[in-house]
Amino acid sequence: MPFTIVPTVNLVEINNVNFAYNDRPVLKGMNMQIAKGRVVSIMGGSGCGKTTLLRLIGGQLQPAVGSVKVAGEIIHELGHDELYRMRRRMGMLFQFGALFTDLSVFDNVAFPLREHTDLPETLIHDLVLMKLHAVGLRGARHLMPSAISGGMSRRVALARAIALDPMLIMYDEPFAGLDPISLGVIANLIRRLNDALGATSIIVTHDVEETLAIVDYIYFVSEGVVVAQGTPDEIRASKLPFVHQFVHAEMDGPVPFHYSGEPYARDIGLDERGS
Amino acid sequence: MNAAAKGIPDGLRVLGGWAINSVRRLGLASRFLWATLIQSGTSFRRFKLVTREMYFVGVYSLIIIIVSGLFVGFVLGLQGYNTLQKYASEQALGLLVALSLVRELGPVVTALLFAGRAGTALTAEIGLMKATEQLSAMEMMAVDPIARVVAPRFWAGVISMPILAAIFSIVGVFGGYFVGVVLIGVDEGAFWAQMQAGVDIFDDVLNGEIKSLVFGVTVTLIALFEGYDCYPTAEGVSSATTRTVVISSLAVLALDFVMTAFMVGGW
Repeated sequence: MPFTIVPTVNLVEINNVNFAYNDRPVLKGMNMQIAKGRVVSIMGGSGCGKTTLLRLIGGQLQPAVGSVKVAGEIIHELGHDELYRMRRRMGMLFQFGALFTDLSVFDNVAFPLREHTDLPETLIHDLVLMKLHAVGLRGARHLMPSAISGGMSRRVALARAIALDPMLIMYDEPFAGLDPISLGVIANLIRRLNDALGATSIIVTHDVEETLAIVDYIYFVSEGVVVAQGTPDEIRASKLPFVHQFVHAEMDGPVPFHYSGEPYARDIGLDERGS
Repeated sequence: MNAAAKGIPDGLRVLGGWAINSVRRLGLASRFLWATLIQSGTSFRRFKLVTREMYFVGVYSLIIIIVSGLFVGFVLGLQGYNTLQKYASEQALGLLVALSLVRELGPVVTALLFAGRAGTALTAEIGLMKATEQLSAMEMMAVDPIARVVAPRFWAGVISMPILAAIFSIVGVFGGYFVGVVLIGVDEGAFWAQMQAGVDIFDDVLNGEIKSLVFGVTVTLIALFEGYDCYPTAEGVSSATTRTVVISSLAVLALDFVMTAFMVGGW
């Protein structure tokens, strides 16, 4: 029987999650379902809680209210060992790669394999080269992280994130600060690797065009809640003011250009002078 | 400011805030030490991780320890001879130099130098790993950073410190010998014989090593905690590094007094 991915099964479920940093609420009743095998993007302005969501899914933060389920398990109810077992099945690409600066490209990719398996060094060598080949950096294996570009760092980090063939890959701003070629390469890799590994991917980003081209579904987040969701075509056609402003990069709209404060005239003293 | 705090003078409130924050950080550091101890299994199973860190914190500190030990020995030789010859006791120079180094200067100066050389490096390294999300990345790879990064460095510091203190004292004794015997001309036999007769292996050498072991735990713990707890920005790492030196130095001097008070009965 041929292998098929059943898209209706949710790998990640976020139910009514509230989260605050000290007194500053970030998520306010967030709901989200991410189906198995899909590439899903979470979009929104800077500071809207996108990265916080990834950290909640990875169990690095705990929600004040609500639940975060991954593969049927409530993440914040897992003990230390169970959480670490779950994380072995997740991969995460950090915004700037987060490569270990004291290890070479090869050793960075080999790191999770050496930590979690007892494989002989010859096999680790072959596996690492396969992963590096998948991201096009087999030839850069001897270089140190300080000797490679930002785009290459991101690709090495991607190879490291998929070293243990995870079921879920999370990307935190994978396109930030990349040139157009690197950006296209990363976008293409995210889609290809997800399909090749049979994994599920969550991309947190605010790069609209590159993301719409590769994802299956998009959630728009603003002020701690999902304000819009849909397939790329639905999002492009959306008339919702927030989505329209975001997709068309409009300066002013539901997300105001000016940070809230006193009226301008009062701030520069026109009120007093006029009276 | 809440309603209850309104009637309290500013100075008192600042003092109270400082006290609460200090106790809170002490509690966090204690929890950090506990986590490090219970996550130390990896360090002993894969002792190569510890030896690698010993190379960075121990071997890299050797030059400053040896050079400082030598000069402290020179100065002790000069100062000691100058004072002892007033009482016609210059033969006791060897004893004075050895006891000063083994009981006090060896452990204390080594700990202060270690805090400046290795402690700051540890804080900056861990702090930068935090700022560049390397620790988070490790966590997400299901590798506990306390077990993989902190514990090996902790044990490397704890093991290295007594060895460095011993090296400091040995080099210092030869420094004192060079100035006292070779340059000034104190009797060589008396220099060594007095030292041999007067330095006790338990009361002096062992106590000195106990001191440096305690300093090793203290300085390394402070350095690692400050790095792990720092605000993950350039400014945060910089102030954590400064705090490492200041808090370690004060802790070493205060602990030295406390331990000396306990040990002085045996002398």
